[in-house]
Amino acid sequence: MAVELLAAPAPSRSTRRARAVALAVAQGVGTLLVVSLLIFLVTQAMPGDVARVVLGTRATPETLATLREQLGLDRPIWEQYGTWLWGVLRGDFGTSLVNGMPVSELLAGRIRNSLTLSVVAMLIMLPISLLVGIVAAQRRDRAFDQGFLGTSIVVNATPEFVTGTVLIALLGTTVFHLLPPVSFIPPGDSPLAHPEAMVLPVLTLVVSGVMYLGRLVRIAFIDAMSSEYVQTARLKGLGTPRILARHALPNALGPVIPAASLVAAYTVGGVVVVEYLFAFPGIGAALVEAVNNRDLPVIQAIVLLIAATYYVLNLVADLLAGGEPQGR
Amino acid sequence: MTATLEVADLTIVRDADEARIVDGLSFALGPGEVLGVVGESGSGKSTVALGLLAFARPGARIAGGRVVIDGVDLLALRGGELRDARRRLAAYVAQDPATALNPALALRTQLLESLDGPPAENLDRIRRVLRTVGLPADDAFLRRKPRQLSGGQQQRIAIAMAVVARPRVIVLDEPTTGLDVSTQAKVLALVKQLCADEGIAAIYVSHDLAVVADVADRVIVMYGGELVELVPTDALLGAPRHPYSRALLAAVPSARERQVLHPIRGRAPGVGERDAGCVFRARCDFATDACLERPPLEAEPGGRLVRCVRADEVQRLTRITRVADRPERPGLVCRPAVLEAEGIDAHYGERQVLFNVSLELEPGRCLAVVGESGSGKSTLSRCLIGLHEQYEGRLRLDGEELPLTARARPAAARRELQYVFQNPFGSLNPRRTVGSSIAAALRLFGSDGRRTGAVVAEALERVEISARLAERYPAELSGGQRQRVAIARALACEPKVLLCDEVTSALDVSVQASVIELLRGLIDEGLAMLFVTHDLAIVRSIADSVVVLSEGHVVERGETAAVLDRPSHPYTQGLLADTLELPALAG
Repeated sequence: MAVELLAAPAPSRSTRRARAVALAVAQGVGTLLVVSLLIFLVTQAMPGDVARVVLGTRATPETLATLREQLGLDRPIWEQYGTWLWGVLRGDFGTSLVNGMPVSELLAGRIRNSLTLSVVAMLIMLPISLLVGIVAAQRRDRAFDQGFLGTSIVVNATPEFVTGTVLIALLGTTVFHLLPPVSFIPPGDSPLAHPEAMVLPVLTLVVSGVMYLGRLVRIAFIDAMSSEYVQTARLKGLGTPRILARHALPNALGPVIPAASLVAAYTVGGVVVVEYLFAFPGIGAALVEAVNNRDLPVIQAIVLLIAATYYVLNLVADLLAGGEPQGR
Repeated sequence: MTATLEVADLTIVRDADEARIVDGLSFALGPGEVLGVVGESGSGKSTVALGLLAFARPGARIAGGRVVIDGVDLLALRGGELRDARRRLAAYVAQDPATALNPALALRTQLLESLDGPPAENLDRIRRVLRTVGLPADDAFLRRKPRQLSGGQQQRIAIAMAVVARPRVIVLDEPTTGLDVSTQAKVLALVKQLCADEGIAAIYVSHDLAVVADVADRVIVMYGGELVELVPTDALLGAPRHPYSRALLAAVPSARERQVLHPIRGRAPGVGERDAGCVFRARCDFATDACLERPPLEAEPGGRLVRCVRADEVQRLTRITRVADRPERPGLVCRPAVLEAEGIDAHYGERQVLFNVSLELEPGRCLAVVGESGSGKSTLSRCLIGLHEQYEGRLRLDGEELPLTARARPAAARRELQYVFQNPFGSLNPRRTVGSSIAAALRLFGSDGRRTGAVVAEALERVEISARLAERYPAELSGGQRQRVAIARALACEPKVLLCDEVTSALDVSVQASVIELLRGLIDEGLAMLFVTHDLAIVRSIADSVVVLSEGHVVERGETAAVLDRPSHPYTQGLLADTLELPALAG
């Protein structure tokens, strides 16, 4: 009986899954195309004439016209988009309007810095969330749990630049002078060589992340610990550590892992604000500078990059959530 | 005989208000003996089962007493000692193995983890036990996750897990409730054999008297958290001495003969609703003023315990009022069919689940569709109501062609065909009052708004529910009341055909009896009914004719009496052989 039931759906599952992944990727590529178009149109609609920004207020009409021609700004907009998109597809994001460097070269170091920041933040955030969530679940409705829930609501309701500012005041300037309030990392250096510059930005991201993820871990653990299979494990005479680690954890991680990849996506977006706040030399800070300078190719490249990362992490979250058949 | 298990004055209370869930339970059990524990939901039997392992669910607490296994009092142990006792002395098998086994862990891990000593030796032991319970014992099987097994296999794993550590006592809490009759028969045989071979004392908790009668040597009847009768199984079936035992027996349907079932009036008291008198007093036909005082548990010859002051009268009356046979109805078809189905082929995706099934429903008659899980019986009823979309065939309602899916059917046809679902906990909207759920069904078919209130009251009246309960929410009703409301909602639409899908399988036997009697009354009033069930005893009680489904094929059909008395197909014969029956009562 069981054998027949098993045999029927088994072979088609992997093909169905492959089909679903292919569909998700195709949808993602379509989404990114739409995003690229939007980015292009929005940057075109930004106030200010690029040529005038580049040449300054004393430029003559002739030099302005020459520059526009060089930059292709006099051509129809769809043609400009086509040229740009074709370049992007070949990995050529154009050159910066401000200093004439290729965008990819300009951003390489910044991307590394931001990536380091996000990855370090995630690596610290995940175990702490797990720990805090499990402890809160085990001490449900007692002081630690209540305190954690209260704090997490306040922190999640607070924008990250406020959290960051509070941390600066606390650890960098007003109360304790332990850490530099500004993350100065010389160009070319790895941020890991300047740990003191990393602490505050990482802390800001970790605090917000833990307060959100920890709550999810808590709920997932409460569900798992009140399940019948945990009751069975108790009646089998197993101790609490083994029940937590072997029986509850694998089941609790099910709902948490996809949420964690969403938090990772969120962290990549949140990096812009945090980097700006601490003047951390990553793509976020670069984006703000580029907007101030009307450096269109740089803006377009960064926004497209963030959108692509966001999409990839969301895809991962979807795949992880759909990976295991959920219940019956 | 030295007792393997000795329970004395076990008392379990609700944390919030100290109300007693289990009140001073005492009994003893020898090696290899099987003790049945029966009672309705709310009687405290599952709480007892867990209490025997010194465990109480959150919200409850073991307040006192002793549970002594091989000289060790489990209730006096704490921490590591208690965990050790649970590993060595007592084991537990839960009702639903699908939720009791950890879905994320391989069978090997779950079987090994409660054993001390080197894994290699333990694996040998595990393989032996797996073979004993009739499962494969190879590595590939041990690497499987519970999800990859059938319900019967999962329950065998749970039993293997319980006996692998050679416990002295094994507690089984309704272990066969979710299983097909053939699987149930195998599991029961296995339990009996394991207890006899390994000298394990077993507590078998069940609401099903037929199951307990099959497996147990002695039976505890529980009501309202109290032991009301402790009795050797044969004596219970032959001559119950407590009115509650007697009432439970009278509510059990039989696959052998058609009977009028006697429901127990009223409902079981909740925790904390008991007063100083006899707990069963409010529902008892024998109650007198003497019952205002809590009766003591009297020891009687043969190791029997009874908590009733009128036990002698109860025993004397048993023979006289034993359920009367209900006459079979004439099998001649004189009225034209209301609903006809012809050549139904149904699919789930690629898989065909019904093959060329045809049937006819006549007014005033009930057709039962019988089969095990996976036979396609529920799919068939879902096809008829138009909820299943992947099927072909022809349907006629009152001789007129009926579109296959509910969406395509005219409102009148949808009104005339009504459906009652298996689980009344899921089929009523929890945020609507009972009355408004029924009224919603009426509005859908454009009934006169001013009459709605009267129609709702009338529908509730027909299912013997007071119209005052219309203002209640489903959560405030008992399971039996909810199922009656679900039936009332269907009746309010004035259907010609009622399709009932396992409507009593979530209910207690006493409540089941009342729902069956209610439905039987509706059929006699002229309703045509399709009754889907896996239980042949219920078929005998309610159906006029029967269709037996096996793997999507009709293997046998005919008048109920003919099919059940002289089954011609081996599948039907097997089903009947596996259906447990209360042994015939003395007299």
